[in-house]
Formats: sequence, C-alpha cells, structure tokens
Amino acid sequence: MPKGIRDKVAILGMGCSKFGERWDMNAEDLMVEAYTEALGDAGIETKQIDAAWLGTAIEEQHVGKSAVPLAVALRLPYIPVTRVENFCATGTEAFRGAVYAVASGAADIALALGVEKLKDTGYGGLPQRGRGTLPNMTWPNASAPGYFAQLAAAYRAKYGSAPQDLKRAMAHVSVKSHDNGGRNPKAHLRNKITIDTVLNSPMIAEPLGLYDCCGVSDGAACAIVTTPEIARSLGKRDLVSVKALQVAVSNGTEAQHNSWDGSYFATTRIAATRAYQEAGVEKPRDEINLIEVHDCFSVTELVTMEDLHISAEGRAIHDILDGFYDADGTIPCQIDGGLKCFGHPIGASGLRMIYEMYLQMQGRAGERQRKDLPRLGLTHNLGGFPHQNVCSISIVGQYEG
Amino acid sequence: MTFGILSFGAYIPRLRLQRKAIADAHGWFNSALKGQGKGERAIANWDEDPVTMAVEAGRDCLAGLGPVSLEALTFASTTFPFLDRLNAGVVAEALALGQDLATADAGQTQRAATSALLAALRGGGPSLIVAAEKRPVKAASPIEMTAGDGAAAILVGEGKPVATLLASATRTADFVDHYRTPESEYDYQWEERWIRDAGYMPLVPPVIKACLAKAGLGPEAVTRFCMPAVLAKVANSVAKGAGIPDAAVADNLHAVCGETGTAHPLVMLVAALEEAKPGDRIMVVGFGQGADVLLFEVTDQISALAPRLGVKGHLARRREETNYAKFLAFNDTVELERGMRAEADKQTALSALWRNRHTVTSFVGGKCSKCGTLQFPKTRVCVNPNCTAIDTQEPEPFSGKIGKINSYTADRLTYSPDPPACYGMIQFDEGGRWMMDFTDVDEKDLAVGHPMRMMFRVKDIDSQRGFRRYFWKAAPAATTDLSGRA
Repeated sequence: MPKGIRDKVAILGMGCSKFGERWDMNAEDLMVEAYTEALGDAGIETKQIDAAWLGTAIEEQHVGKSAVPLAVALRLPYIPVTRVENFCATGTEAFRGAVYAVASGAADIALALGVEKLKDTGYGGLPQRGRGTLPNMTWPNASAPGYFAQLAAAYRAKYGSAPQDLKRAMAHVSVKSHDNGGRNPKAHLRNKITIDTVLNSPMIAEPLGLYDCCGVSDGAACAIVTTPEIARSLGKRDLVSVKALQVAVSNGTEAQHNSWDGSYFATTRIAATRAYQEAGVEKPRDEINLIEVHDCFSVTELVTMEDLHISAEGRAIHDILDGFYDADGTIPCQIDGGLKCFGHPIGASGLRMIYEMYLQMQGRAGERQRKDLPRLGLTHNLGGFPHQNVCSISIVGQYEG
Repeated sequence: MTFGILSFGAYIPRLRLQRKAIADAHGWFNSALKGQGKGERAIANWDEDPVTMAVEAGRDCLAGLGPVSLEALTFASTTFPFLDRLNAGVVAEALALGQDLATADAGQTQRAATSALLAALRGGGPSLIVAAEKRPVKAASPIEMTAGDGAAAILVGEGKPVATLLASATRTADFVDHYRTPESEYDYQWEERWIRDAGYMPLVPPVIKACLAKAGLGPEAVTRFCMPAVLAKVANSVAKGAGIPDAAVADNLHAVCGETGTAHPLVMLVAALEEAKPGDRIMVVGFGQGADVLLFEVTDQISALAPRLGVKGHLARRREETNYAKFLAFNDTVELERGMRAEADKQTALSALWRNRHTVTSFVGGKCSKCGTLQFPKTRVCVNPNCTAIDTQEPEPFSGKIGKINSYTADRLTYSPDPPACYGMIQFDEGGRWMMDFTDVDEKDLAVGHPMRMMFRVKDIDSQRGFRRYFWKAAPAATTDLSGRA
C-alpha cells in the first residue's frame, strides 16, 4: 500500500456558484462565479496559482474541448492547465489532479474547477450521447435512470425486500434531500415534499419515479489547494486537509462476469476500503461524521450506504427509515440537499460535495450547519452505469498536524 | 440417401392486430372495410423486418440439427430492407452459417419463394430457402386488412427427407394483378374479381395438370392443396377446376395470420407438413406472373424431426393488439412527435460493423481455453478475475443460449418506438452476461430469474442515412422450448 496523501494537502479556499437553471449564464459566467468566491476565500491572487485542472463532462455542449476555456475564463497566467473527464466523477478527478500536484511538490498552489452548463442542451434530463462505435451497436438504448433503476430489481431479489418497503425507504431519501435543500440558498430545488409526493410521482424507469431522480442543473465549484505549511504561512487557521482520494474504475467484470449480482457497486466497496485505509479510518460508522454521496437516484444513495460499509448489507432500508442519515441523525447524508436538490452539473458535483464538507468543518454552513462541527467527512461519486462505472471517494477532515 | 426436404420452420410475429381495430378506424371513410373486420393479422413489431423474420424462420428450421454445412442460402421476398446489400448475406451472418456458401436474394414476384425452392430441389448440396414478407400498406387499403407479416424456411438436401418432390411444373405469364416500382412505396392493385377470373382460374389448373401428369398421378391423389389466395373460395375453385377434392384444400390462415406475401406458399407448406402423416401428398402453388406447382410426398421421417415452433407454435405465441395507431406508428405511416431523444445520431461505422460482425450479427462470444469462462463479447483479455489470460478465447456462439434476467427496468425516459423500453442484464446459464434490450415482452412479466432467449432484431434505424442496424435482443423463453436449438 502506498503511503497516500493523508494530510499532505490543505484546502486554501473554495467557492461554488448557485446551482439551478441559470438561463442567463454561460459556463464562463458560472466558472467566474465559483472562482471569485474561492479566490476571495483563499486570499490570494490569480498569479499565485501554479497549475489548474478543469473538470467538465459534456464539454461539446458548452465550453468545447481542452483546458483552454478555463484558462481563458479566469485569464490564468500561461500555467499548465489540464482538462479531465471521468463521467460523474469528473469534479473529484479535477480535485485529485490539483491535490496530487501539490502533494508531489510540483505546485505550491493549485486550482480545481468543475463546471457544467446542462440547460443549454434542450433536454429535460441528461442529453442522449453516443457511446462509441461498438457499444452503439450492442448496448440497449437506455437512459441513466433506466440503468440505475435496475439496482432496485436486483436488490429486491437478493434480500427479498418487499417492493413497497424499498420504495418507501427510497422516498425517505428524497424527502430528506428536499428538507435539506430547503435550508441551502445555493441549492437548485428548495421545496419541501412528502413521502406521498414521491410515491405518487410519474414513473420514469421502474421503480424510479420523478422524485427518485436528481435535478439536472447548471453550476460550477472550485477549490484552491496548497500544503498545510503554505496555508499557515498565508495566515490560515483551522485547516481542512485531504485525508484520502481514491478512484476505482470497473474493468468489465460486473458487465461480463456472473460474479456480480447487480444489487451494489463493486467499485464503491473497493474504493471505500482503500480510502479508509489511506485516511486511517478503521470503523467508518463510528468515525465518519458527515457524508455526501452520489445520489443521482434515490436507490443509488440507498445501496451506497452499504457499499461505504456504514450500513450493514441488507440494512440500509432500516437505517434510512430510522433517520440515521437525516440532517439531525448520526451521520447526515446530503446535508446540503445532495445531487437531488443542490443539483447535478456533472463536472461540478464532486467539488460541490467537498465544498460542503469544507464549510461544515469550519462552521460556515449557515442555517444547515451541524452544531457538532464534523471532523471527518466523506464524499463519493459514481459515473457511468452500475455495471460499468467510475467511483471516486474523497475523505477530508480537520487538519491535525 | 434421398434428396428432398430435410427440415422446415416458420416465424410469425407475436403481435396480432385485430382487423376490427382497422375497420373501426376507417369505417367512416370506407364502409366496405367494416365487413372485413373479422379475425386478426400478424404484424411485425417495430424492430422486425423481413431480414429478422427470415433469421427466426431459419433458426426454427435448423432446430435440433446440430452444425449444418450448407452450400447455399436463398432469401425470397419482395420487401427486402436493402436494395443494394445482399439481404441473404445478413441472414447467413446472423445464422452463423460460415462464409463458404452461395447466397442469393430472390424477389420481384410473389412466386419468388416457390421458384427458389424448385431450383434448390433440382439437386446439389444442402440448401436453405428462407422467405419473409412485411408488405408496406396504405392506411385504409384492402391489403392492410388481408396482408400479414411472416416467414418460412425449408432445408433441402441429401439425407433422410421428411418429404420428397414427386413432380413440379411451371408456367410464366406476364399477368399483372398488382405491381410496385422503385418510385412507389405501396402496391397498386387491379380488380380482385378479374384477378380471380382471368388470373387464377385459367392460369393455375393447367400447371397442376402438367405437374400431376409428370408424377403419373390423378388429382384425387393430392391430400393437401396449399394455394395462397386472399379472395374467399379461390383456392377451392382452382382445386375444383383441377379435380382436387375440396377436403384437401388447406386453410389459407387468413383468420389468424393474414397473407404473408412471397412467404405464404412456404408458410402454408410448413403448416401442412406439421400436420402431415407419412404418405400424404402436399401440393404447393406459387402464383405471380405465372405459377409454380410443386407436389411432395411425405415420408416416415416426418415424425423423427426435433420439436420446433413452426407455424402452429408461433401462432400460439400470440399477443392481441387492438391499438391501430401503434401499427401506423410502427410502420411510419403517421408522423409522431418523437422528441429530442429520437434525434440521437444512429450512424453505423461500417468499418467497425465489419470488424465486429461476429459479435454484432452472429452473437458469437468467447470461451477462455485456459479457465473455461464464457464471455460476451469475445475480448482479448479473459474477464474471469482469477484468470485474465490474454488471447485465450475461442469463439462461442451465444444466440442459442438461454439466459436469466439478473436486473431489469421499464424505461419511459429513453426514446423507444414502443415505450416503455424494457432492458436489463441477461445472465446466461452457462456463463457470460450482457446488458440487453428486451423485445416481445410485457412489463408486468418482468422478474429477476425469468428465463429469456435470444432473438435477432432491428437495433436502430438511421433515418438520416437510410441504414438500419441489427442486433440480438432478449425475449421471454417461457412460451417456447428451445432445447437443442442451434
């Protein structure tokens, strides 16, 4: 096991645009909105940034290819800039690039920015895109909810869960996110809903109804990272540092080998195990204080609770219904509203989750602030399809160096 | 060893449009249709065409035979999806027949299938004749009522035939009862009674007489008379004119299927063979710019054939369709607002299709020669986490395998010509899996563990470039027993 990056990198500043249907904004405007906040928070000037990463997934729909759009939007001073894309893990990948640059000593201060301008695609959900010449010939003509909905079928079959029990727990996930999003001024969806709203909503892909699906939003989020030493030298106290960054990418086993039953994410289980090891976490249910997971669909959040080794296998339904993951529960999940209500501008989502951790650990989360300042938090992204995906996990926490 | 029909099969699509639904839709406009609103006609699902139906009929015909080394395959139709691309070539690829066989498309007349069968019966190596038709029909036209979609397949060659050809006769006559040109999308048809009185009645009986003369048999020797003709009692009149007993006249399947065009003589032949006893003599008439008449004698091998669905089994595999608007939409006869998701580019990289033809068209996967793991598609590195050997996979056909649903959904967001789009992970019993489109399935029947079989279907239609791609989909296996299927 490599030594990892635990406590080698601190977050110097962060920013996040308001998420939503930003009809009056370009991707460039969103980038500047997130960056301005991050720059002010970090207390530095643009010329102090040594390297930058741009995370954007559906770039042909807004900014176009390469890292140039970020360099132009922020007028970066001819520094190395890299564009990354890894499905819905894109934002965390951008963060990983910046963090690794600082950890390696290649950069003193690095920037990660994720952005997506989805509401110019004309689609209500994610746009339909090509998947490569051969997959176009053999894969089903499926939507994202259709792929993720299948977790429910396999989960029910595995644990013998009654469809209505699973549906109710899934509904609780969505109601919780709407409650939390209502307390977040930057969230896309801020209305409260009831269990019945979820259960009676139109079917999108069996058993996912409209309210089981996250919002498709415009938005950007930004992080500026440096070493703890430099952060201190810049006058920062109460540092939030990176404890672990892990990515696990499917190698086709789930898609082609019968060893996977379809009810969980193999990548999340592996990435979580590695992340806990890197962060020195032995009992995640006791040690992690706050989580933000990739709740693209309610059923995704439900099975992820087990894949992160926080709920026991087959027990997520009960933990969810018991309020374990509510804002005032033992480990709040999506205290900021999650993808469901904060929104899901793909390239920005991973950074938005880290933004929430950063605010909560510094006691700056406003109305939704956890009173018992979280010390250790986990963010999680899933990109692609349950049977073939990219999982990224970050653990951030209060710096103890 | 004798030369003759070694095996037979058929394919009738599962959907049966109720003719009453057609009559109800158009009765205001053409009250004559009201009287025809009885029974049902087979309609192709949105993802079926003559090529896919021919493949299924071919599979039905080859059921239980094991590997067959064919010398030729002829595909007869007047509604080929491709004008310049060998349609028989797609069928041969989907049936994984290998490349060492002669292939031909036979068309341009409703007689194409009987003529192709006759040519094959003249000798040579084992040969498969497939015929399929899906006629484009104008809304409120008589043919919309009478036509049906379907296919049949006949395997001929040396061996132990189930039926041998006693004699045949053919006449050519440029009698134009209907026609279609490259410019015209639909058939143009002349008066039905003229077709009967000036066409069938004078043209067919002399050919029957010539055929019987060659066989040295009298008309009473015919035990089953198969002549497709939509007009009521035409087959009976022709039989009577030729001296064939009325009891021998076979049902034209109008009530349950409709006339499957070029394929129909073979569909009726297959239906006759399914009911036949050794010693039966089956006469088949193909009519179109003349007539082919073929007289077969059934052998005692008829009872030795492996089970197949055939006409009877496929007719039993049936789902009533009462929504006429769906039929119009499936056939692009009405322009629906399909939404932005339907605009996604469906261009096929023809180079990639060629490179991956065994995967895509033949549905051949891999079997690791080191660990034995089955996988689809065949890849360079074995998927077994405990193996991962490189370049060890031998070709492994998956099209005949049964799989189980591992996960599924019914998706109302994605574009489908027949929503909801049902798809999911299919796990093959012997190993291997793939996320696949489902077809011929009802949402309420979906369940983890449900057994599914593979069917060759239209995957996508590229309307921008006029191309269509084919791939395999999962359909419920429950109504069928495909054990031993190739």
